[in-house]
Amino acid sequence: MCWSVPGKILDIDNNTARVEVSGVIKKVALDLISEPSVGEYVLVHAGYAIQKIDREKARFTIDFFRGKFSHD
Amino acid sequence: MIEYVDEYRDEEICMDLSGKIRAVSRRRFNIMEVCGGHTMSIRKNGIQKLIGENINLMSGPGCPVCVTSINDIDRIIALARVKGNVICTFGDLFYVPGTDSSLADEKARGGDIRMVYSAHDVLDFAGEEPEKKFIFVSIGFETTAPTSAASVIEAGKRETDNFYLLPLNKTMPAALREMVRRKDSNIDALICPGHVSTITGTGIYRPIVEDFKVSCCISGFEPVDLLSTIYLLADLHEKEEVSLINNYKRAVREDGNGKALHILYEVFEPSDTVWRGIGNIPGSGLGIRDKYARFDAVKMFDIDVPVSVEDPDCICGEILTGVKKPSDCALFGTACTPVNPRGACMVSSEGTCSAWYKYGE
Repeated sequence: MCWSVPGKILDIDNNTARVEVSGVIKKVALDLISEPSVGEYVLVHAGYAIQKIDREKARFTIDFFRGKFSHD
Repeated sequence: MIEYVDEYRDEEICMDLSGKIRAVSRRRFNIMEVCGGHTMSIRKNGIQKLIGENINLMSGPGCPVCVTSINDIDRIIALARVKGNVICTFGDLFYVPGTDSSLADEKARGGDIRMVYSAHDVLDFAGEEPEKKFIFVSIGFETTAPTSAASVIEAGKRETDNFYLLPLNKTMPAALREMVRRKDSNIDALICPGHVSTITGTGIYRPIVEDFKVSCCISGFEPVDLLSTIYLLADLHEKEEVSLINNYKRAVREDGNGKALHILYEVFEPSDTVWRGIGNIPGSGLGIRDKYARFDAVKMFDIDVPVSVEDPDCICGEILTGVKKPSDCALFGTACTPVNPRGACMVSSEGTCSAWYKYGE
């Protein structure tokens, strides 16, 4: 039940955003995160954005595993 | 291409990790995946088969539906039987058997039971149908509790007087402590819940590492996340080291989500609560603070809950604590199936029995 899915903020109206999650557009409440902006990726859980995804760390992780485990 | 999903399903990385794990894990050891979402992903992706036989993955108490006590299920059913009440709940709770009924049974008898995606939906219902009393059954761990708290604050702003919350949320730290403390659980390492950690941060696992010398690795939910987590834990075990690792850095900051935590503890305060299979764990529940008592279904509805009786043949409790596996249960796959579940672990899509039934051992 603690499942969350990453989605991209398309636009923001007051405290609600339209977020694209795997090609589906959802209305998401923004009460739980600070300073959201259009174009950012957030984790969506039970109708709320619960965290922003750190783009740099996501890239680093996948590069790390590619480098460490795929090419050594 | 779905960003932040597809790259974590890369087959080449997964197969490399599989080989690395097999090479590094030369001694048998036990890893508990705490979260029901991890259980589901492990089964769905055949992770156990990819990591060899030396690593035994055990499911833990991280499915909120499964750990909701039968007495709490009976309380929800009693509330559903009051004329004018509408019970709103996440879908998985719908079919969980209580002592003599379930919410599905109550709906079939004419009760107004509604599945919702979000606590926010319930506020909208309450505004549209002011003559009814809407009770949101608030289950879930630290991931979900802030969303419930936000809905209570919003209800206050809207001056809604027909919205109530039944607070059945649970928190992880004391339960994890209880799990690793038990001698019969034999846990060598924990895969820690990624989305709980998104809210709490990493610090809640430090006592487990320091006091019990059990390694903790916070993990995401895709196959690359889980296999790399298992590799990191296997590597530590082989080196006879113990550590806390955050392997889900794209979503988990060291100090968590401060805003969500603030909202969570603005509305809730720690309370005692009973976990199915474990019993009462002091301080592991969340009660509604007096300031928000007018939204508290426990305080606002005087309900008689009958004495609850567990199904004597169901071993959900032992499965939730990793002591037994679904295949140890005489009911599994015969008298207890997803269509006709006898226990909560078969009802929830994240329940261990449901995952085993759907995806095999």
